[in-house]
Amino acid sequence: MTDTTAEFEKLLAKSSKGTYDLRLYVTGSTRKSKLAIKNIKQLCETHLKGRYNLTVVDLYQTPEAARDEQVIVAPTLVKKLPPPLRRLIGDLSNSSRVLLALDIKQEDE
Amino acid sequence: MAKPKKIIKPAVKFLQKCPTGITGLDEITGGGLPLGRPTLVCGSAGCGKTLLAMEFLVHGAVEYREPGVFIAFEETAEDLAKNVASLGFDLKALIARKKLAVDYVFIERSEIEETGEYDLEGLFIRLGNAIDTIGAKRVVLDTVEALFSGLPNPAILRAELRRLFRWLKDKCVTAIITGERGEGTLTRYGIEEYVSDCVIVLDHRIIDQTATRRLRVAKYRGSVHGTNEYPFLIDAQGISVLPVTSLGLNHKVSQERVPSGILRLDTMLGGKGYFRGSSILISGTAGSGKTSVAAHFADAACRRGERCLSFLFEEAPNQVLRNMRSIGVNLEPWVKKGLLRFHAARPSLYGLEMHLAVTIRAINQFKPSVVIVDPISSFSTTDNSFEAKAMLIRLVDFLKVKGITVLLTNLTSAGTALEHTEAEISSLIDTWLLLREIELNGERNRGMYVLKSRGMAHSNQIREFRLTGHGVELTDVYIGACGVLTGSARLAQEAREKAEELAAMHDAEQQQAALERKRHALEAQITALRAEFAANEVEAKRLILQSEQRQESMVKERQEMEHSRRADPATAAGRNKK
Repeated sequence: MTDTTAEFEKLLAKSSKGTYDLRLYVTGSTRKSKLAIKNIKQLCETHLKGRYNLTVVDLYQTPEAARDEQVIVAPTLVKKLPPPLRRLIGDLSNSSRVLLALDIKQEDE
Repeated sequence: MAKPKKIIKPAVKFLQKCPTGITGLDEITGGGLPLGRPTLVCGSAGCGKTLLAMEFLVHGAVEYREPGVFIAFEETAEDLAKNVASLGFDLKALIARKKLAVDYVFIERSEIEETGEYDLEGLFIRLGNAIDTIGAKRVVLDTVEALFSGLPNPAILRAELRRLFRWLKDKCVTAIITGERGEGTLTRYGIEEYVSDCVIVLDHRIIDQTATRRLRVAKYRGSVHGTNEYPFLIDAQGISVLPVTSLGLNHKVSQERVPSGILRLDTMLGGKGYFRGSSILISGTAGSGKTSVAAHFADAACRRGERCLSFLFEEAPNQVLRNMRSIGVNLEPWVKKGLLRFHAARPSLYGLEMHLAVTIRAINQFKPSVVIVDPISSFSTTDNSFEAKAMLIRLVDFLKVKGITVLLTNLTSAGTALEHTEAEISSLIDTWLLLREIELNGERNRGMYVLKSRGMAHSNQIREFRLTGHGVELTDVYIGACGVLTGSARLAQEAREKAEELAAMHDAEQQQAALERKRHALEAQITALRAEFAANEVEAKRLILQSEQRQESMVKERQEMEHSRRADPATAAGRNKK
């Protein structure tokens, strides 16, 4: 019995750490868009290497996405998984806030 | 003369307007909202901002073939559809026909974390996409200020909103932006700074425990507009604004006369009755018969086949019907025929403005030629006489413009001058009838006279006003040595006069009889005397005859004697001669 509980805990820990589903909504190639893409890519590579799934959506290309995803601010990073859902607005240059909002433990420090 | 019209051409294009389709609002704004520009509609919670905005879109979509986009920051599309369904707007059908798009913008503050510089381009894209999809000409943002509570960094938001409004202008859509009223400012976050073309302020004020909705065009750049506060209604037909104050004094007047329904009253008013389209006031104390005069007028109008709308503020329609039946005026058939309609409401039901609004809407719907307001005095309380007057001026103006004859009744409280109307509206009135109580000899009677009647020769006489089983009757009052008498005093006086007359007649007869008797007596005497004379005459004649006979016989005897004595004839003859 203890075996399975430990297994579950382990799986849980792995899953929460493992699957970050992130979507970044940007508006074309504006300065803010570029900065946001650069920032999130850097951050993911540093902290979530191998366990994240980042999609960049250009709202100009798919305007319906703005309504479907309740996006009004650009750039917006939506953390779909793990729960809870969070929306990070802005160009993501305040990395400590981003990490906090994404609930990423900074193991280095 | 050159044609000046051809020379003077407007160098600049006048501001084009976008009709809202909301009753009255287009009148105030001179055609609608500024075309292709944003308009700010602000007001406190629950004053009808969302409804006004939604009506603007629905009318646009249905009547003006201009599709619209509604961006809701506070309500979901489902809630909106439900809320306006009661007004007969079928949002879902309009959305399905691509006449309308509703987009609910949901901002959950707790989900949001600011991580750097941002803009509202997402909203622009959403809005732009919605506009382009249905080819929208009209846009509503309700309430854009919700962004301030949902998003951090107001400085960015302000800049972005300014950009949004400019962008809407560039898109050439007519937009309504709603905003909650703030302390000392039109909107809570001061967005009126950025929407400078047209500002409409809605208000929901409570005075004397009655609420009245009002609308004011605070600003309209490049256009003349009504500047007053106009009352508006929200009911089953949506919003209707009532710009009654925009009426002037240049209405047409009619020469036509309408009978009052009381024959003698018509006689008093130059023989023909009131003027059509004039205002008539009947004032009097309680129970002086004002409603009865009004009922006669209503009855007369219905008899002519005209429509009559009666506003009752103190009695229920059925009560009026019953009471009027008791004086022989049966109004029920007219109600059944649809010629007479009652509109009963307590004065305290809503504010004055609302009453006016309701009254005017009822008149517009029923289109009567005669309107009765019974009584106007119930609107006046001590502290709102100015407003009551203003309301009545507007009502009377409105009716005059429409050419509707209006009969108002006014209850004068005991102890004040009869000529005093609570609302001081005497200047508005064309024909003023006064019902006066005349107290004399322990009874109360009614008198009526025409205080004024513009434009006609009218009687200056007080008539006694009587309510009989067959209607109102006006009779001449007794005017004699003892003054003006009415009621039983008049009857008594009349009886007394009759008795005196009778007595005088009796006297004359007696004199006549006495004379006759005297004549008879004298004649009898004469007859008696004549008879006596006759008797005497007969006697006298008989005596004369006797003496003659006697003489004759004496002569005869003497002759015989002489004859027998054979006396000398000469002697005998001589003796005879002696």
